[in-house]
Amino acid sequence: MADKNYNILIVGVGGQGVLLASEVISDVAMNSGYDIKKSEVHGMSQRGGVVSSHVKIAPKVYSPTIEYGQVDVLMAFEQAEGLRAIDWMKKDGVAIVSTTVLVPAIVTSSKNFKYPEDAVGEMKNKSKHVIAVPADQIAGELGNPRVVNTILLGVLSNYTPFEDNLWIETLKKKVKAKFVDVNLQAFKRGQNIRLSPVEA
Amino acid sequence: MISQKPLALPTPVYYSCENIHTHNVWIMAFERGGALKERDTTMRELLSGNEAVARGAFEAGVKLAASYPGTPSTEILETLAARYRSVYSQWSPNEKVAFEVAIGASLGGARALVTMKHVGLNVAADPFMTFAYTGVNGGFVVVSADDPEMHSSQNEQDNRFYARFAQIPMLEPSDSQESKDMVLIAYELSEIFDTPVMLRMSTRVSHSKGIVELGEPTSGPDKKFVKDPAKYVMIPANARKRHVVVVERLEKLRQLAEETPLNFVEENGSKIGVISGGVAYQYAKEIAPDFDYLKLGMSYPLPLKKIADFIKSHDKVIVVEELEPFYEDQIKAAGFPMEGKKYFGSLGELSPYRVAQGLKEAGVLGEIATVEIPPEKDLFPRPPVLCPGCPHRGVFMALKKLKVTVTGDIGCYTLGVLQPLNALDTCICMGASIGSAIGMEKVQGSEKGTVAVIGDSTFLHSGVTGLMDAVYNNSNVTIIILDNRATAMTGGQQHPATGLTLMGEKAGQIDFETLVTAMGVKNFREIDPYDYELTLNTIKEEIAKPGPSVIITNRPCVLMPKRIMDEPYVIDLELCNGCSACFRISCPAIAASKETNEHGSPKAEIDTTMCTGCTLCAQICPTEAIILKSQFVKV
Repeated sequence: MADKNYNILIVGVGGQGVLLASEVISDVAMNSGYDIKKSEVHGMSQRGGVVSSHVKIAPKVYSPTIEYGQVDVLMAFEQAEGLRAIDWMKKDGVAIVSTTVLVPAIVTSSKNFKYPEDAVGEMKNKSKHVIAVPADQIAGELGNPRVVNTILLGVLSNYTPFEDNLWIETLKKKVKAKFVDVNLQAFKRGQNIRLSPVEA
Repeated sequence: MISQKPLALPTPVYYSCENIHTHNVWIMAFERGGALKERDTTMRELLSGNEAVARGAFEAGVKLAASYPGTPSTEILETLAARYRSVYSQWSPNEKVAFEVAIGASLGGARALVTMKHVGLNVAADPFMTFAYTGVNGGFVVVSADDPEMHSSQNEQDNRFYARFAQIPMLEPSDSQESKDMVLIAYELSEIFDTPVMLRMSTRVSHSKGIVELGEPTSGPDKKFVKDPAKYVMIPANARKRHVVVVERLEKLRQLAEETPLNFVEENGSKIGVISGGVAYQYAKEIAPDFDYLKLGMSYPLPLKKIADFIKSHDKVIVVEELEPFYEDQIKAAGFPMEGKKYFGSLGELSPYRVAQGLKEAGVLGEIATVEIPPEKDLFPRPPVLCPGCPHRGVFMALKKLKVTVTGDIGCYTLGVLQPLNALDTCICMGASIGSAIGMEKVQGSEKGTVAVIGDSTFLHSGVTGLMDAVYNNSNVTIIILDNRATAMTGGQQHPATGLTLMGEKAGQIDFETLVTAMGVKNFREIDPYDYELTLNTIKEEIAKPGPSVIITNRPCVLMPKRIMDEPYVIDLELCNGCSACFRISCPAIAASKETNEHGSPKAEIDTTMCTGCTLCAQICPTEAIILKSQFVKV
């Protein structure tokens, strides 16, 4: 039933697979009967800069961008980028954050900037529903560092109304044949991760 | 201090036609496109505005599409080449040539498409303005993809003024479905009214995806070139007569604007009316779905009667438009009362928040749910950077060291301006580096040296004429062509020196040395930009020589068409003294380690999954602490 709105904001660093993840979500939503718009900016942002993708899912979508403070689910591929985007969330929104740390050259080469000591901790101070996912570690266990985004999609699937088989069919379409199995495993591993009943 | 040259400097290889084929992403895309083609006609698809324009061109039976890559327009031609192979599509060296190629196709009787980013239309403005006089044979659509907010541009000019300037009709889609539909309508308009038609996109329309209902492809009209000098040869005597035609045509188009369903009223029984078009309409609908709307899909010429009626039948009318007061000024000049820009401003892109805030200020919206994005917290910035192994890095390290004035150009290498490289002094537009270096050297003299840096694709786009000026006017500038064999910033497109066309065919290939020396440049040097000392010394020597010098670098882009990953380097923490020299070359693969030196400064570490083995950091490390991974393991 396509009767609720879902605003999903995906953030990360150029090259991490943010755009592929938002493609998968959009396809699943469309095939579930929703209207959908997604928006991102190409170009300069891809050279190691911040990349964000807005995915809006509703019975009828107008603006392709999400309003500030209206994000239902934040999916962050990097800790500090998760922290940077945390205020985009609704009060009762869920943040799914990979514990990945990527320190840019501007921080290492200058005393003016610092990488936060505990970005996930700071996110938790701001929001009740933060799920920290050791996605790099899980991907390592699965033997393919590139499935981090699929793991996070698995976690995300716990907070969207779409059927499992739609996610699986879409993943099969979007990844190369030889990587289908490892991506499906990654998705399953993600699905096992959710807020504990206390946090939720 | 420069340490000895590391042993493992890999040989530079450009990828020729033969070996590029196996790696070219677009070849793979063609295969994907082939698989999808069968199902296209009956499907709903999630398409970006750009993909939808390509689909529209395919459905309209366009025979030829030409372009020069530029964000946010690039994917239109890429999609055509990948998925709609029945449309002949090509990259041209610049937008002016692309425009002229498309003119030729139109006059030859085919439907033709030319696409560009907003500033590209400045380059193509010359044929654009006069083609408005001659009119078309086969339908002709020019896509201008504007970039409000300058996500990836040097200015945010509002190209809607170009339609008014040339007195041609303009359609302005607000989402992907409209983008596709309006392309089809634009071709009909073009042929019925004998005029080029402008389709004005913006970043949020071009790069947002939405669901699009696809249609059946058509074959387009079947016409031939008909000799008609009075129409196609714009000597003054003919042009004077054609100008009359332009003015009369515009009057007919004004009538059409009143009648077309592209300009429609949405009545919700509100006393408040909103006039809007483009993505701004979507923002307004999001914020205030219950107001009445006059949505402008054909936004030049404006339907002033329809607007007047809409204004008369509402208590208050607000115009919501992005960038300049394009509708507003014309509506005001026609004498109708409304308000607009004073609530929204003309800087940057609009957003649902900015529209809500503006409507609230206008007194038509109560408390608003949405809030403003607060200024960035004290979190570090993450600007784009040159990639690990980028062949531009060595050149900027050398230029920074030499403290010369560096005129820059448009491309990845514009990132040389950012900290910590800080090695670029100007950037205006495509090709401007050479001309501005010439002028600066003429007034400042050549003692300290004036260096222009320009990429291979940009040099072919509009740097060649600048170099001609340098030869002709005895300029003492040094020009560095950063030849990474790709139009890299926009995603690695082909150009006249790569040896491949957009559609993946083997192509004629410009040779830079032949071109440059044929123009009379006596001082021509090729360097390996991974060799820091050579790069530094060559630039120093060429600056000292009288007359123009051209230095060309010979390393390909590390990302495209093939990902280059040679053996990575690692840092021996026992040798590293934490001097931070390697941090200052701005390589994303180099980060601070947990270990510090006696002053508490961090020692460096290299992310071996990112390091491409370019060796530059190893060359400038004063303690020779950066060594090949395999050698380090042995020790």
